[in-house]
Amino acid sequence: MPPNPPRVSASIALPKPALQQVFDNLRAAGFSLVGPTVRDRTIVLDEIACLDDLPVGWIDEQAPGRYRLKKTREPQYFAYNVGPHSWKQFLHPASLRLFSAEKSNGGWVFRPPEEPQPRYAFVGVRACDIAAIAIQDRVLLGGEFRDPHYARRRENVFVLAVNCARVNPTCFCASMKTGPRATAGFDLALTELPEVFVMEVGSDAGSEALRDTPWEAATAFDRGRADRAMRDVERQFERQLKTDDLPKLIYDNLEHPRWDEVATRCLSCANCTLACPTCFCTTVVDTSDLRRTKGERIRLADSCFNRDFSHVFGGNIRPSIRSRYRQWLSHKLASWIDQFGTSGCVGCGRCITWCPVGIEITEEVNALRAKAAK
Amino acid sequence: MLPRPAVIQAIRPEAAGIATYTLAFVDPADRDAYHFLPGQFNMLYLPGVGEVAISLSSDPGEPRVLGHTVRYAGDVTRAISRLKVGDVLGVRGPYGSHWPLEEAAGKNLIIVAGGIGLPPLRPVILSILSQRDAFGRVLLLYGARTPADLLYTREFGRWREAGIEVNVSVDTADENWRGKVAVVPQLFYFVRMEHKNTLVLTCGPEIMMRFVIYEALARRIPKNAIYISMERNMKCAVGFCGHCQYGPNFICKQGPVFNFAAIEPFFGKEDF
Repeated sequence: MPPNPPRVSASIALPKPALQQVFDNLRAAGFSLVGPTVRDRTIVLDEIACLDDLPVGWIDEQAPGRYRLKKTREPQYFAYNVGPHSWKQFLHPASLRLFSAEKSNGGWVFRPPEEPQPRYAFVGVRACDIAAIAIQDRVLLGGEFRDPHYARRRENVFVLAVNCARVNPTCFCASMKTGPRATAGFDLALTELPEVFVMEVGSDAGSEALRDTPWEAATAFDRGRADRAMRDVERQFERQLKTDDLPKLIYDNLEHPRWDEVATRCLSCANCTLACPTCFCTTVVDTSDLRRTKGERIRLADSCFNRDFSHVFGGNIRPSIRSRYRQWLSHKLASWIDQFGTSGCVGCGRCITWCPVGIEITEEVNALRAKAAK
Repeated sequence: MLPRPAVIQAIRPEAAGIATYTLAFVDPADRDAYHFLPGQFNMLYLPGVGEVAISLSSDPGEPRVLGHTVRYAGDVTRAISRLKVGDVLGVRGPYGSHWPLEEAAGKNLIIVAGGIGLPPLRPVILSILSQRDAFGRVLLLYGARTPADLLYTREFGRWREAGIEVNVSVDTADENWRGKVAVVPQLFYFVRMEHKNTLVLTCGPEIMMRFVIYEALARRIPKNAIYISMERNMKCAVGFCGHCQYGPNFICKQGPVFNFAAIEPFFGKEDF
């Protein structure tokens, strides 16, 4: 084994059990490892410590409104796609104390929270989710204002990316040009082969994570197998979304009858916005002790599907499910582009899988196209 | 984005359920650093109760004291109604876009306000008063539901003396009212103004603004010479919570003041 960690942009092969040493290196460097694990018959993201915590041998079968896990005989570590969780639960948590307020000398003193900041190592990040993190970076860090809470959580994140080994019928990252291959935004990226991980080193931190592990330069054979595996994946996509006429298609069809049709199915349950890795809307709640001398402001995840989301004195601007579904889809695929320069959708398919009635965002957009009202 | 403590220096009742709160930051450094443009708003915070977006209604030329005309409408404003002079609340701001006073230089202005829509325009009027010669004719078209709901009536004399043509109406008169009875957009029929070189600035209920725009366009005022102030649910005021979105715009960032031409495709769209 070569004495030094590999250089950045090297392509290496790592025997699969040695991934445990990478985990140990990361933990020794002060990272908290979070990654996929099986819980409640779902692959969720949670703290992990060892290779056995990963969903070894599990694959997921996803369809509109359907998610099942199946155990296979092959001990693949990463043979599934994405579950209902995304990395925003760590970077943009659903519940966050913003500050506290205390009455003092007749006035108020406002204090930011003093919470130790974990340094996360994200294990098993898919290309679609790398793109989603980049999109949230633009929303929360790239504009006139910066979200300091997101910035603090984001700055030291270690990304161990995984190139998907297969595709679910709900996936359409290729259409959104976010996958299936991770090409940037990672410290390490791996493609799983039967006995080794073929890994690309994306940064110095990635290189350091391989220190003292039995890595070797990837042979042409290994690299060829990894390439072929990725090309196989690229051929598996069933679902597509044509994007070249967005955002105009949606702006031109804000009164299309399809919105009425989808409103007969949509429950306005907000699942899609909870599962979506780019949805960022929040609300705030103010709490207080009974004497109103101490208060706290808590930020909570929110959804444009919530009825009170658009509440103003006099009522809700969007009282109908039709208007709220239209808001979500037109924001995700149209106005997001005007706001932030990219689409808000990465093609991960979560909104399709986790919609209880199986509404498919790709089908809804195609329907606007099919008989575009003028 | 932490609020800064500010003390209530004065509370002036304006109408039933409406009062103007004059605030000053407790910390002199905050007082020195703060300045705002007409049309912008602050987030006023009562710990344990919540925050509310309130437009600044005072003179931008005197930013050490900040006037906010508040209508008691919900939980936070009702809690504000129970505060007294000397109480402290949290203030952060200013946020949002502003009325185009720079563009208005040398032009005529028609300022059209309905009800609680006048406070966000008052800083425009006060700015005009301090440099009256910089503008052409200035008309104020203002109305409220009843005479008791009219705001700032004590100031109309001063405004008229300074050369602002103040036209007032009410929707419903009482027995003492001797003025016009009309909805605000109808005030256009009582005045004459050339359409060239004229800007319209309007704030009020959306339905009122819709008809104001109609009347302005009917008098050949170009779409891009009309400015409106929009309102939506606001939580963060910095474009992160997502609540105030209006098409591609965040009312807290690209608004609340909009050039009508910029938002015409969405304006008046139901449930949007």
